[in-house]
Amino acid sequence: MSTQAAGASFVRSELLPDRPPPANLVGIFPLLRERLFSNWLNIALTLMSLAIIVLVVPPLVRFLFIDAVWTGTSRDACVSSSGACWPFIQAKIGQFIYGFYPAELYWRPNLVFIAGALLVLPLLIPAAPLKKLNAILFLGVYPFFAFVILNGGNLDLRRFLIGRFVRLDGLPLVGEVAGLKLVFWLDFLLSGTALLAVAIIASAIIGASARAVAKTLLLVLGCIALALLAVDFDFGLQPVGTRSWGGLLVTLVVAITGIVASLPLGILLALGRRSEMPIVRFASVVFIEFWRGVPLVTVLFFATYMLPFFLPAGVNFDGLLRALIGVTLFSAAYMAEVIRGGLQAIPKGQYEGAASLGLGYWQTMNRIVLPQALVIVIPGIVNSFIALFKDTTLVLIVSIFDLLGQLRAAFSDPNWSSPTTLFTGFAFAGIVYFIFCAGMSRYALYLERRAAHGSR
Amino acid sequence: MAAEFAVEMHKVNKWFGHFHVLKDIDLMVLRGERIVVCGPSGSGKSTMIRCINRLETFQKGRVIVNRIELADDLKRIDEVRRDVGMVFQHFNLFPHLTVLENCTLAPIWVRNMPKRAAEEAAMHFLNRVRIPEQANKYPGQLSGGQQQRVAIARALCMNPKVMLFDEPTSALDPETVKEVLDTMIMLANDGMTMIVVTHEMGFARQVANRVVFMDAGQIIEVNEPKEFFAHPRHERTRLFLSQILK
Ligand SMILES: Nc1ncnc2c1ncn2[C@@H]1O[C@H](COP(=O)(O)OP(=O)(O)OP(=O)(O)O)[C@@H](O)[C@H]1O
Ligand SMILES: [Mg+2]
Repeated sequence: MSTQAAGASFVRSELLPDRPPPANLVGIFPLLRERLFSNWLNIALTLMSLAIIVLVVPPLVRFLFIDAVWTGTSRDACVSSSGACWPFIQAKIGQFIYGFYPAELYWRPNLVFIAGALLVLPLLIPAAPLKKLNAILFLGVYPFFAFVILNGGNLDLRRFLIGRFVRLDGLPLVGEVAGLKLVFWLDFLLSGTALLAVAIIASAIIGASARAVAKTLLLVLGCIALALLAVDFDFGLQPVGTRSWGGLLVTLVVAITGIVASLPLGILLALGRRSEMPIVRFASVVFIEFWRGVPLVTVLFFATYMLPFFLPAGVNFDGLLRALIGVTLFSAAYMAEVIRGGLQAIPKGQYEGAASLGLGYWQTMNRIVLPQALVIVIPGIVNSFIALFKDTTLVLIVSIFDLLGQLRAAFSDPNWSSPTTLFTGFAFAGIVYFIFCAGMSRYALYLERRAAHGSR
Repeated sequence: MAAEFAVEMHKVNKWFGHFHVLKDIDLMVLRGERIVVCGPSGSGKSTMIRCINRLETFQKGRVIVNRIELADDLKRIDEVRRDVGMVFQHFNLFPHLTVLENCTLAPIWVRNMPKRAAEEAAMHFLNRVRIPEQANKYPGQLSGGQQQRVAIARALCMNPKVMLFDEPTSALDPETVKEVLDTMIMLANDGMTMIVVTHEMGFARQVANRVVFMDAGQIIEVNEPKEFFAHPRHERTRLFLSQILK
């Protein structure tokens, strides 16, 4: 070694700095070559994709931005242009968001939107505190709040249970306080007491704890009373019937109600279908297969136009409510099947581990099985949510005008008829739907990653 | 006098369809007694001990656990299970919960223990099985031997009167078998009533009061370990021992 060094004409006295790897391994070009052009199939796919991008993107950009008209007050601004007619959206935006809701009362839906966002966002952020309170507020209080604010409340309830069979109106107690018909509340008190008596007697017969039963029933009746009080009380709000609701407001009401209600229902149905009790299992299977077997359009049509024939005269509940129930039950059936897939993936050992510790059926489901099963089927659940969100637009056929319905209505306005109105409108609707659906999809992805992180 | 027995099995018979898995099983286990059950694969060992906490039903006979007899109505089934801990071959830990949560779940929800007290008790038992430092990990992050020790701690957190073990070491690497066996020996020294299905004959020699040999759904032979290994009475027992002890 030393002889070699001595004989050499040059000896490096310090280390060479690290050299970068050869140019063909780093940077964007090798990456591209690796990913896009590594073999003939990849090259063909890359070229095809490029062709599609070239064909689609520039015209789209031209239509949406470059050739688009941005200002104007009527069709005159757009009639000679080949780009999007944004003034049309501007002029109709109120209608798209609120439907026929009176413009001077827009603050009411706005209040509902803001309250909803304030309750949903912390619910979606795992680190946010007070999840339980938050969930109770969103699931238990918010629906009634939203209903009262949007609809105006003061429902003028007259009969609860007993009042349907016995005429209570004749009693001296027929006054009205703050929009509350006292007859109704008398009826409620009597019915509640009767129910309580029946429950206590029944629990004495079957040997259950009367105290526990009475306590539960009182709690349930109390909650019902509060809810009824909220919708019956006269807050002095001008009533706005659901017929006047529309646009994005209706889309969100239908979609969120459907999503929030169909998940627990779907869970119950999925559990029912795997139950060991034959009656429960049979009922669940019949329910699920029935709703999966009929198209949503049929369900909505039936609920709106046929149901009144079957209901006793005078019983008539709101059209939007009927559509809501139809949509919810329909998507609950699909949800049930998605969740059943998750339940089937839970190994028998988990049930046995839980059973060996003395956990009961509901404890096992709530603490052990469902938390694991639901995480497995997050993609399927979100798929159902997205499908439901887009299916809400079918309420159009029963004359409820959601976002798309309002859009179609706006097209017929001669003041805005131009060659591009139609395309502009649909582009706008597409963007709105995309924001919501992509949002759900991304959030689900985030949840999945988080769950995977937690348990591995 | 019946109070002396932790588990009584009287003429228990079970069928899977037409297949007669358990035939007239009679077994009386005293409080504090340690029973090792062995026998060839498929002989019904698992099925037998699973009848004790009713993970399996049976068609004929009686099983009495801690003086509770479950008749056809299974109302008290959870009452029995609360007092009978079970350790499985494949651990059956809950993968979505941390080790600590695995241990506190049942005390909190079944025994209505306050969370703090349940956590303290859980840490006590995790200390006893010598893995307190893993309390906040998930089961999937632990080795097999560690998982099985968590499973033992989880069962102990319910303060069971009887512990059932179904081949607790047969899914483990040979090196980790010992740590689990040591934990079980410690339990035995504490006086726990244990019924252990295992092929670890060293364990049987060391801690068992009696060894039960099963074949084809029957109890063939029951004896003290010394006698059992030195002078097996039945031909089938001899054959089994010669195979397993090589
Ligand atoms: N759910 C079941 N349905 C039908 N047959 C079953 C069922 N479970 C077990 N068996 C049968 O009952 C017999 C006894 O099973 P068991 O699991 O009790 O055996 P084992 O003694 O524990 O065997 P191993 O040592 O392999 O665990 C076996 O022949 C098995 O095939
Ligand atoms: Mg077995």
